[in-house]
Amino acid sequence: MYQSKWRILTNHAILILGALFMIMPVWIAFASSTHTREFLFQNGLQLWPGGHFFENYGAILFDASATKGRVTALEMLFNSMVLGLGFAIGKVIISMMAAYAIVYFRFKLAVPLFWVVFSTLLLPLEVRIVPSYEVVAGLGLLNSYTGLILPLIASATGTFFFRQFYRSVPDELLEAARLDGAGPLRFFIDILVPLSVTMISAIFIIMFVVGWNQYLWPLLMTTDDQLYTIVIGIKQVYNSLYEGGQIPQFPKAFALTIMATIPPVLVVVVFQRMFVKGLVETEK
Amino acid sequence: MKRVQFEHSAVPYLFVAPQILIISIFFLWPAAQAVYQSFLLEDAFGMSSQFVWFRNFEDVLSSSSWMRSAIFTVVFSVSVSVLSIAISLFLAVRADEVVRGAKTYKTLLMWGYAIAPPVAGLLGNMLFNPLMGDLYMALNSFGFEFNHIENPNDAAFIVILIAVWKQVSVNFIFFLSGLQGIPKSIQEAATLDCKSAERRFWTITFPLLAPTTFFLLVINLTYAFFETFGIIDVSTKGAPGGSTATLVYKVYVDGFLGADLGGSSAQSVLLMIMVSVLTVFQFRFIERKVHY
Repeated sequence: MYQSKWRILTNHAILILGALFMIMPVWIAFASSTHTREFLFQNGLQLWPGGHFFENYGAILFDASATKGRVTALEMLFNSMVLGLGFAIGKVIISMMAAYAIVYFRFKLAVPLFWVVFSTLLLPLEVRIVPSYEVVAGLGLLNSYTGLILPLIASATGTFFFRQFYRSVPDELLEAARLDGAGPLRFFIDILVPLSVTMISAIFIIMFVVGWNQYLWPLLMTTDDQLYTIVIGIKQVYNSLYEGGQIPQFPKAFALTIMATIPPVLVVVVFQRMFVKGLVETEK
Repeated sequence: MKRVQFEHSAVPYLFVAPQILIISIFFLWPAAQAVYQSFLLEDAFGMSSQFVWFRNFEDVLSSSSWMRSAIFTVVFSVSVSVLSIAISLFLAVRADEVVRGAKTYKTLLMWGYAIAPPVAGLLGNMLFNPLMGDLYMALNSFGFEFNHIENPNDAAFIVILIAVWKQVSVNFIFFLSGLQGIPKSIQEAATLDCKSAERRFWTITFPLLAPTTFFLLVINLTYAFFETFGIIDVSTKGAPGGSTATLVYKVYVDGFLGADLGGSSAQSVLLMIMVSVLTVFQFRFIERKVHY
């Protein structure tokens, strides 16, 4: 296709500016995380990395006092991993099963149950946050992985993705399977699940990122430092920045921010194709 | 629904059971609680409560702080949606045209999807930190007298900027895939007929992207409503004086920090109604799709 030299030049200029717009804040945070706090306090944020990378990151990863709590960044990363994986696995399994029942079976309560599932889309957790907290507290699930993960799984987005996907699977497959004498369970495990592998991986990636990045719910749920996810840890470190009349620990707050960002960004970049496909196809 | 289905009595119930169970405990029950509490008035110590019909709703709707928050939410959501959609559409059109380095640009512009809202909020907060923030100093050295700690407009500017920054990548992904779905033959025919790239965009490309744009508008409004909680909580905390608190943030502040359960629940219920309207609107649209 014909493109003028000028158009090609401006295209690159605009895209480079756009990329810089996205990258610069994170880059500044990274560069600043590798200086001492005294240096940062005197000279402001930094554009070039300094020589204290291992010192700062080592302290926050392994020394609980560096994060102002009783928990190290390594433990927080572990908690985030549990939340991300638990959320993604739970959501995929539960919504695959529910969507299977709704699409492939004729049963009495199908329509009302579908509406119950649908209604969860109307009310994000943020809106019903106070009563949700009370329910989980009443069940004695505060400060537990169960209490952290299960309420987040209650929304039905995944079920809708799988419902859409199952509806696009040809009917002939089911007919053939039934002629061969396959029951509902056999058809699900031997035919539908293997067919859905791409879909499952795409949703898994999206859900992992969503789970990892959860903020409000873990913030309310986890009063015990031991269960802090890294995203919550950032806020805690940040809140205590100005305490004690010392020079604020900006480098460590930045280091924590970078560590919270790397895992989900890596997942999205490494599985880019699958992730984009999943995002674009499921949300339409 | 499928033409061919299993007819089985127990199996489907077993399959939906886990989801329905979780929904009942962690969704229906709390939602019912919210509705119930919105009709109650608790005394100052939370010892007893009284059924007061719609008084909480009257209080909420007539309070100036709620109205202010509602107005801010609308301004905020519309600005964030329009700005982030415009920026990412602009970038996506260019990224679609580029041949050399196309993949690299795509990666560099889409990774931001993975950033958590509070992380974005924190980065913005640092860049605008009066002690050392580069952007804060830059704005003031140009003589803007920028002060987001005291000036509500400046604070709103920061929150909008961060929210837009965080959302550009998602919109970019959708626009780019929308653009790549437009047949090359249409674009080539248009190039033959019209030399001006700008005119080609407005007469051919943009109308073809209308369904994507509309879909993204709904997605972005929902994002601005709910997912910006983390951004606000880490950057301005609704300051100064609640001027940058969205309705969702206000539910949290009044319910958890202010311990006003009835008022907070009434706000929740009002939000539920608004979101329901938005969602039904979205689904009607998606079921029909726009034809071009």
